[in-house]
Amino acid sequence: MSTSLILLIVAIVGLAGYGIGARRSLAIAGGLSSKLHSRPGYYGSFVAVCAIVPAVFILFVWLVASPAVISSSIRGSFPEEVKAQSEAEQGLAFGMITSIARGMNVLSLEEIDRIGSNPVELRSALGAKGVPLAGDPQPYMIEAAGNLNTMTYASRLAMTAVVVVFSVLGAGLAYRRIAPRFRARNRVEKVILVSLVVASSIAILTTVGIVLSMLTEATRFFTHVPAWEFFFGTVWDPRFAAAGSGGSEGQFGLIPLLLGTLYIGFVAMLFAVPIGLFSAIYMAEYASPHVRSTAKPLLEVLAGIPTIVYGFFALTTVGPFLRDLSSQLNGLVTGDYSNFIQAQSVLTAGFVMGIMLIPYVSSLSDDIITAVPRALRDGSLGLGATRSETIKRVILPAALPGIVGALLMTASRAVGETMIVVLAAGVAARIQLNPFEPMTTVTVKIVNQLTGDLEFTSPQTLVAFALGITLFAITLCLNIYALYIVRKYREQYE
Amino acid sequence: MNMMSEAAVEKALDQKMNDSSYKMIGKDVSVYYGEKRALFDVNLNVRENTVTALIGPSGCGKSTFLRCLNRMNDTIENCRVTGRITLDADDIYDQNIDVVELRARVGMVFQKPNPFPKSIYENISYGPRIHGLARNKADMDQIVEASLQRAGLWTEVKDRLHESGTGLSGGQQQRLCIARAVAVSPEVILMDEPCSALDPIATAKVEELIHELRANYTIVIVTHSMQQAARVSQRTAMFHLGQLVEENDTDKMFTNPDDQRTQDYIMGRFG
Repeated sequence: MSTSLILLIVAIVGLAGYGIGARRSLAIAGGLSSKLHSRPGYYGSFVAVCAIVPAVFILFVWLVASPAVISSSIRGSFPEEVKAQSEAEQGLAFGMITSIARGMNVLSLEEIDRIGSNPVELRSALGAKGVPLAGDPQPYMIEAAGNLNTMTYASRLAMTAVVVVFSVLGAGLAYRRIAPRFRARNRVEKVILVSLVVASSIAILTTVGIVLSMLTEATRFFTHVPAWEFFFGTVWDPRFAAAGSGGSEGQFGLIPLLLGTLYIGFVAMLFAVPIGLFSAIYMAEYASPHVRSTAKPLLEVLAGIPTIVYGFFALTTVGPFLRDLSSQLNGLVTGDYSNFIQAQSVLTAGFVMGIMLIPYVSSLSDDIITAVPRALRDGSLGLGATRSETIKRVILPAALPGIVGALLMTASRAVGETMIVVLAAGVAARIQLNPFEPMTTVTVKIVNQLTGDLEFTSPQTLVAFALGITLFAITLCLNIYALYIVRKYREQYE
Repeated sequence: MNMMSEAAVEKALDQKMNDSSYKMIGKDVSVYYGEKRALFDVNLNVRENTVTALIGPSGCGKSTFLRCLNRMNDTIENCRVTGRITLDADDIYDQNIDVVELRARVGMVFQKPNPFPKSIYENISYGPRIHGLARNKADMDQIVEASLQRAGLWTEVKDRLHESGTGLSGGQQQRLCIARAVAVSPEVILMDEPCSALDPIATAKVEELIHELRANYTIVIVTHSMQQAARVSQRTAMFHLGQLVEENDTDKMFTNPDDQRTQDYIMGRFG
């Protein structure tokens, strides 16, 4: 019986348990739910939980454990000469056995009878059914495959029986515990609490896992390339990772990438902060509710556009436009119509990324400005201050820490942005200060190093993890600092 | 001797009050919040150097009327005011009147103390600075000190003028807000239940302050406390369901009101 069918049966038992439990509790209380400790629904939920949780737990343990048990039993029955071979060859043999076993399930009974234990015929028969084998199977393999199938079948059967029995048993035991003073609500709520804790720890544990994996890979990188060469190197020239060469002849300097990241992020903030802040002030303080209710969602739509779309907007529109504009300007001034802005440049990437960031700045700042208590506004207006004086001298100072926090969060987005930079600023890792020339960022180089046909042991690919962990450290610091500032600000009005 | 002079001052003030013309005149004032009408043709005048108390059950329109007097209702969406309100014969809802200038002349103290999250000094100097009342730092220092003196807060805060205004106690914060309003040298001060968030001791201090401020300012106060109205005001106006029920001398109002509804409200029979 398939796993999803078993799950369906358990769910049906649980659902039935819910109905029966709820009805039973009402019957015990003589139809008056006020005589019960908990609402009837909680008794029903208690029965359902007892029917589902242990059964599903057993199901998963069984699913994980049974292949391992079966495999070790099959390997144990290998002939002595196979056991004497290396671990890898035993693994290959076992892989072939599982293939044969899978193939035998596809073949009809007559076909199996006809083939008997003729390896060559078996191989061709299986090949015809779409199950290719690496070589002619040996007789012991065919026997083992038969054993494997029997064992798997038995295990499935036993699992189905055990899970269903546990489900019914759990429901029955829970059903018998229903009594007017039985505290069903407390138990059900405890189960809910545990599931909430599990859900939130999954997110945290995943993050920890990602960081740990990046750390281990980055450490492997640092065994090839010394840390100081990476962090303080000024040349980025990783060369190609030729298979088998394993050479570390490339140069992995972080500085050009870091500078590019910060420079492009800075240019982006230069565009995003004033526009975003002004639009936030307009939305929060001047716009009529009607305008606000249409304009604010419209602005937030910008935040929903995938960054790759901004990327080709930069590549096909903004970049060429700036290039042509610069050549026209140059021509008007000096008579020489050569462009001084490259199509792919820091300016293009910064400008387009700035547009992408506007909704973040404005939306976050708008929330912070509207959170300033109305009493402060009234107080200032009541003293005869104009609206702009009120905004400049009372509201913005009061909201400033929050706004700074919002800007830091936006900055960490700018640092982590990839697609826009790939398309708008190019991939040339250079150290220079001219905003009209191409530069590149850490994220772009991570993509560069990890796309294509790779060998995951060379420094050329491992460097991506070192870059990743560096980037992660930067954004983490920005976010923590932003949270710290925002929290401090929140206490001000309490 | 001191008692004598105080009594003399009181008498002079009462004399002035009876002689003086009205500081503010409200004629047929109606207020609508969207479709809902909150005030019905209120005719109420405010006398100079007088404390006028506005009383009445919750939702009767007394705060709404108060907020009409310096056009704070302008900040509320959908609010519409009809009728005529004058300040020294100027129609305050006239196109030519600058609302900013009006609010400098008619100051306001709110129900909840709302000091700015700035230092005590900056809280007071805020108004004078935006209106350009001080020529230099010394001038400003003097305005700050005088305002705090007026609000009876000077001795309590003179050593920590540059600490945050939000760090003061509730009663001190409210007196800071009064000092802030006074610093702009308004002619009229509006107070919207200034003591409702304060304990009895702080309330007593604020009431005493209102009493003293009367010598220089015209004060309109909204209050839910009958005792407070009786203690601080000379004139009392009673509102009910958006209408002005009665306006009279406070003494008469609390002993022998003209209107039965006033009597009932003061006796605590409704509201």
